[in-house]
Amino acid sequence: MSLCPEVSVPEPVFAEPWHAQVFALTVHLNEAGRFSWGEWVERFSATLKRHGLSRELDGGEDYFRAWLETLEVFLAEQGAASPAEAEVMRSRWEEAYLSTPHGAPVHLRG
Amino acid sequence: MPHDHSDHPHALLPPDPALRVKALETILTEKGLIDPAALEEIIDTYQNRIGPQNGARVVARAWSDPDFKEALLADADPVLADLGYYGRQGEHMVVVENTPQQHNMVVCTLCSCYPWPLLGIPPGWYKSDAYRARAVREPRKVLAEFGVTLPEGSAVRVWDSTAEVRYLVLPVRPEGTEGMSEDDLAALVTRDSMIGTGLAKVPA
Repeated sequence: MSLCPEVSVPEPVFAEPWHAQVFALTVHLNEAGRFSWGEWVERFSATLKRHGLSRELDGGEDYFRAWLETLEVFLAEQGAASPAEAEVMRSRWEEAYLSTPHGAPVHLRG
Repeated sequence: MPHDHSDHPHALLPPDPALRVKALETILTEKGLIDPAALEEIIDTYQNRIGPQNGARVVARAWSDPDFKEALLADADPVLADLGYYGRQGEHMVVVENTPQQHNMVVCTLCSCYPWPLLGIPPGWYKSDAYRARAVREPRKVLAEFGVTLPEGSAVRVWDSTAEVRYLVLPVRPEGTEGMSEDDLAALVTRDSMIGTGLAKVPA
């Protein structure tokens, strides 16, 4: 029997869990009325353009990094999450991962 | 020492951007600005429920029902709304028909606008600088790289999506599909054929 050439592994919709999370977060904020999709596109495309000046973006990881950066800046401008708040919370999560035994669920402390 | 996980004494640290996303989620949740359950629902929808199979159903119906096709090409929004394919990023849809004289191809030069309700989340290449820049500049070359050769004398038209207008390509119905059911026809309609970087499959 020969292998059927039609059979191929479907591409995952999101390559990494955080790609899905940052996507969902943005869609949710849009639907909750924090910003219009047009406003989002304007900012996101400006970030892509800026990043693309120095290197060619492949549409994968670099695409979602640009997405995250856009969202962080947008939320900071809106006063919803300042860079300082975000950094403190990021460190708390990092600390939580580093101090949780392997295999146990990770929770923020205090 | 076997099996004591000495190489992973603690939980595996996610990459930096993943921690930054978690940070935003936690901050916004604590402020009551987002509902974590809604995030789960959105991820589940796009991972499991919405994808090119939706667009394929529309194409198969258009191939089978001339009145449906006419209505779809004239004003897609109400037709798609009737089928339940509306909402996020599908607010204003335009369906463009491939003919032996004209091949249509869709790009978003700005970022990655795409008809989510019909095709789901765009593939990586759709979002790449290479595709976004070259689809407009040298569409035939791009098509050739996708393995698409068009008949002599056929024109290529490239449609640039925006936040306001998204496009779906209605591919040419393949030869040898007379009398096929809509379900069987839908199975021939690939995602790429609805972006215009592919053709519908020919029945085996």
